[in-house]
Amino acid sequence: MRTTRLLLIGVRFHVKSLTLSVFFLLTSVFMPLLVATVSYYMFKAGGKPGTLFYASLGAAVYGIWSTTLFGSGGAIQWQRWQGTLELIVSAPAPFILLVLPLTIATSTIGLYSLVSTLVWGRFAFGIPFHIEQPLAFVVAVPATILGLGLLGLLFASTFVLYRNANALSNMLEWPVLLVTGMLVPLSLLPGWAGPIAWLLAPTWGVQAIREAAIGGTPWPDAGMTIALGLVYLAIGAVCLRHFELAARRHATLSLT
Amino acid sequence: MRAFVRVFFIGGVIAYRGLFNWIRPAMYIPTMLIGPVFQILFFAYLGRYSKVEDDAFFVVGNAIQASAMSAVFAGTMTIANERQYQTLAPLLATPANRFAMFMGRAVPVIASGVLVSAWGFLMGWLLLDFDPPASSLPALAVIVVVSVTSCTAFGLTLGSIGMRARDVFMSANIAYYLMWLLCGVNIPLSALPDWLAQIGKLLPLTHGIAAGREVAAGASLSSVSGLVWTEVAVGTAWAVVATTLVWWFEREGRRRATLETF
Repeated sequence: MRTTRLLLIGVRFHVKSLTLSVFFLLTSVFMPLLVATVSYYMFKAGGKPGTLFYASLGAAVYGIWSTTLFGSGGAIQWQRWQGTLELIVSAPAPFILLVLPLTIATSTIGLYSLVSTLVWGRFAFGIPFHIEQPLAFVVAVPATILGLGLLGLLFASTFVLYRNANALSNMLEWPVLLVTGMLVPLSLLPGWAGPIAWLLAPTWGVQAIREAAIGGTPWPDAGMTIALGLVYLAIGAVCLRHFELAARRHATLSLT
Repeated sequence: MRAFVRVFFIGGVIAYRGLFNWIRPAMYIPTMLIGPVFQILFFAYLGRYSKVEDDAFFVVGNAIQASAMSAVFAGTMTIANERQYQTLAPLLATPANRFAMFMGRAVPVIASGVLVSAWGFLMGWLLLDFDPPASSLPALAVIVVVSVTSCTAFGLTLGSIGMRARDVFMSANIAYYLMWLLCGVNIPLSALPDWLAQIGKLLPLTHGIAAGREVAAGASLSSVSGLVWTEVAVGTAWAVVATTLVWWFEREGRRRATLETF
């Protein structure tokens, strides 16, 4: 009960806090809109206007990914800069229960990108918004947010030791956008990209959301998103504990 | 004249080292070298899927645009960070020529931008269907240098606004990312609404990228001289705006005693 309360209050606090950051909102709203707009014009110029809704959904998930990555990259670094990392680590609650709400909150902020991208597509480009399986869609979206949030936790756990975590998160944005099939179908990518894509929750998340919206079998994909999320949680918990101890042992926790 | 040259070159390098002392290989390599490679790959594959253009179109566009990460962000920081670091007032108390002082520090920024762009071309050649004739490389190099210089002038303009505005880095981010859309990086200007294309023509890189594409396809530098000179003119115009704004904001900052207030 105490754990649930800690997680819920943590998520609520971080969502409110992140919503006040103009820079964070820029990442979650402006960037996906721009990627969506570039994609719309590319598809229109290439004579494939039928794929605009496909692009719209992909850009929306990209927004969730982008905010998650930015947030998980900053999760540890921001605490370092603010001088609160040592306080959090020394708090009686397990460290993971304090980091997890932040990464979940960052992916939850991605909802802004989902809504704004779909609304932008509808009103600026006249893309029809029609959901084939509303129930599956309502399940697929939070499943994707959860899966990505837990992937963010995995990243954040490894960033404890890495002082330039922001640079690493900058680097990871494009590769994951490419190999998870958010905007480019996996069938177009080289064969070696497939196994990497299968290990990443965004691949299944975007597939679940697309199949719920356009038609198909979204439930297995949503299940895979959550299953992978649980794997990330287990690995993240181990890494976080290990790296936290290493940082304490070497007295490098608060070094910037 | 000697003082001007000394402030421009030596002062420029010292200022760059001071303002960017936080740059380490662990930061530079992921952000400036690896990130742009995946940007090129992403848009090239998106281009293949949308069937809008071939790989060469995206390699040239994104390799030149990737230099804007240095040109726009570092260009902005070379001026705006003086205010952030509380060193603007002592800097402006010196009698040094303002043009030499601020334009000199743009030289290392341009060098970094050219490096990023050259890396992008190399990776495009290695990983994608991009194979420009060897004879086009000198002309391509000239176009890259002109484009990066022009874009740095744009970055300095944004940085000069940082002498007055509270948060100029937000504007720098928006400007940088809008280049994907407006400068013909990933979409031919002819495919954009006319008003967006017109805005793109006022921005740096647009004409340089167009020239780069023609040269990479085998055209000579002289055949694209019109585009190259237009890029030079756009860059010069932004440099004039930057210099004017620095002069104006310094004057206003002194008059109102607001140089370092936020």
